[in-house]
Amino acid sequence: MPQSWNDVEVSEVAEQEKLLTVSNLRTRFRIYEGIVTAVDGIDFEVYRGETLGVVGESGCGKSVTALSILRLLASPPAEIEGAVLFKDTDLLRLSLDELREIRGNAISMIFQEPMTSLNPVLTIGEQISEAIRLHQGLGRQEAWDKAVEMLKLVQIPSPDMRAHEYPHQLSGGMRQRAMIAMALACHPQLLLADEPTTALDVTIQAQIVDLMEHLKEEFEASIVLITHNLGLIAEMAERVLVMYTGKVVEEGRVEDLFEEPLHPYTRGLLESIPWIGKKVKTGRRQLQEIPGIVPSLLEMPEGCRFHPRCTQARDICSKEEPPLVWKNGRRVLCWLWK
Amino acid sequence: MIERNPKRSEDSPLRRNLTKLRRNKAAVFGSTLILIYLIVALLAPVLFPGNPSAPNLVRSLERPSLKNPLGTDELGRSILGRIIHGSRVSLLIALGVVLVGLMIGVPLGLVSGYYGGKIDFGIQRVTDTLLAFPGFLLALGLVSVLGVGLKNTIISVGISMVPIYIRLVRGCALSVREQTYVEAARAVGTRDSAILFRHILPNVMVPITIQTSLGMGTAILFAAGLGFLGIGVQPPTPEWGAMLGSGRAYLFHAPHVATFPGIAIFLAVLGFNLAGDGLRDVLDPRFRL
Repeated sequence: MPQSWNDVEVSEVAEQEKLLTVSNLRTRFRIYEGIVTAVDGIDFEVYRGETLGVVGESGCGKSVTALSILRLLASPPAEIEGAVLFKDTDLLRLSLDELREIRGNAISMIFQEPMTSLNPVLTIGEQISEAIRLHQGLGRQEAWDKAVEMLKLVQIPSPDMRAHEYPHQLSGGMRQRAMIAMALACHPQLLLADEPTTALDVTIQAQIVDLMEHLKEEFEASIVLITHNLGLIAEMAERVLVMYTGKVVEEGRVEDLFEEPLHPYTRGLLESIPWIGKKVKTGRRQLQEIPGIVPSLLEMPEGCRFHPRCTQARDICSKEEPPLVWKNGRRVLCWLWK
Repeated sequence: MIERNPKRSEDSPLRRNLTKLRRNKAAVFGSTLILIYLIVALLAPVLFPGNPSAPNLVRSLERPSLKNPLGTDELGRSILGRIIHGSRVSLLIALGVVLVGLMIGVPLGLVSGYYGGKIDFGIQRVTDTLLAFPGFLLALGLVSVLGVGLKNTIISVGISMVPIYIRLVRGCALSVREQTYVEAARAVGTRDSAILFRHILPNVMVPITIQTSLGMGTAILFAAGLGFLGIGVQPPTPEWGAMLGSGRAYLFHAPHVATFPGIAIFLAVLGFNLAGDGLRDVLDPRFRL
């Protein structure tokens, strides 16, 4: 671990316990065209009770990171290296049976698409009580009662009736609530939320965010919130990881990052958020964008992977990989700060 | 908030599908045929008391009359009686055959589709080999290895159907395993066996149901074919195919001996096929060929 982690620990997270330590996680896919490195040696930590935001454009490895943590990727073609320490256990070295004990129990996951993440042929109650029975050894009836209780907790009206319904009878927001109920049924210590609100409309998004915040307090869980919605990050997260092409390019506390983004990519992301009154404040009429697109994982640019799109690129950026720079307890992967 | 009763029946999928099935005339006709055969098979001892296989040589090869509505065969046995009792044999074969096909084919198809990789490759190459033979030839070959008789007929015809189920279930499992809900089930720690049988299997039940209905028709036809060739169910057990086979010798001066068992086979197969087509139309219009 680099010396500079001490800087981070000066801040308020100092006394907090590390729940998850991901070090040098590398996920590759061996496919016909070659080897694709979707996650390229990332390090991060999640402390007990905090919400860590992970942002980035589509295809930068956010979801693969979450799936790699629980080893939910089919292997082959996926190959996962590095270490994922959950408290003191390395999840990457557990047997499948041991891992199954952790999935849904200590660590659970919420998926992006509430429309497709519930099985259409099983009732909501059956699906939630399945998770409960797996991990808590309860009988059928007890597990069912617990499932109804969970549905009530996620504020689904008339939960005992809803438990008998099939996913198609529920609205999108309700389904996402049911999904959250399923994920939280065994009181996990860590919740991996992969774009939990992306498929929902704005008012429902707000409700789901409130619900997750509330439940996080209630269960004292940590959340890894994966999203491309910076507004959601600002709302929920305490720390943020910014990912680009499978690497963490910047990490910092959410206030610092929004106040003073260090990496040009982070700045680009922040500038591309539309907000009312922007023209008055910045004098710019048009919304800023990051030029270009995320490069194909098969044809990574030399040097810094962001340099072809970077407005502040220098000669060195296209030649050498950027160094990891520590600055006031934040880290950034960029030549600008060397 | 509107109170909703989840068990409300008017819009239950089952009832909706039954209504649709009722509107499909061919399906109704097919199901009625199957129902008649079922009733006949169940009530066989009542409809035709006595032993259908007991010979009565005095009455050999009689034409249809009031006493023997469908006439008698070369041993003087009532053809109607033998068809009635034969329906038990044929339905038993149909049921046994699809059971063999389902019990072997469905698990193999699920495993093959869900795990993929080397397991899939192995199972699929065997399936390819079996599918390369026409189904009847395969059954014929198996009978020549196993020997004749009711049990071996069921096993042989059943095994000849296994590759069809493997292919069908594998294809469906391949598409279902990519669904997020399967990933979600794994994310809560569900065991593979539970994922296969609780999460994937119910999602592939529709094509399996349709194939089973159609498969019963084919099973009766194959078993009758084996009986006709004399290597299926053996006389004196009343089996339609065997009856057809023995009637062949008298085709010119006593055509009723072969005709009526033939009609019995025809109507049974027709019934299963029409019912199967109807089910497919109602349950999954995408499978319409």
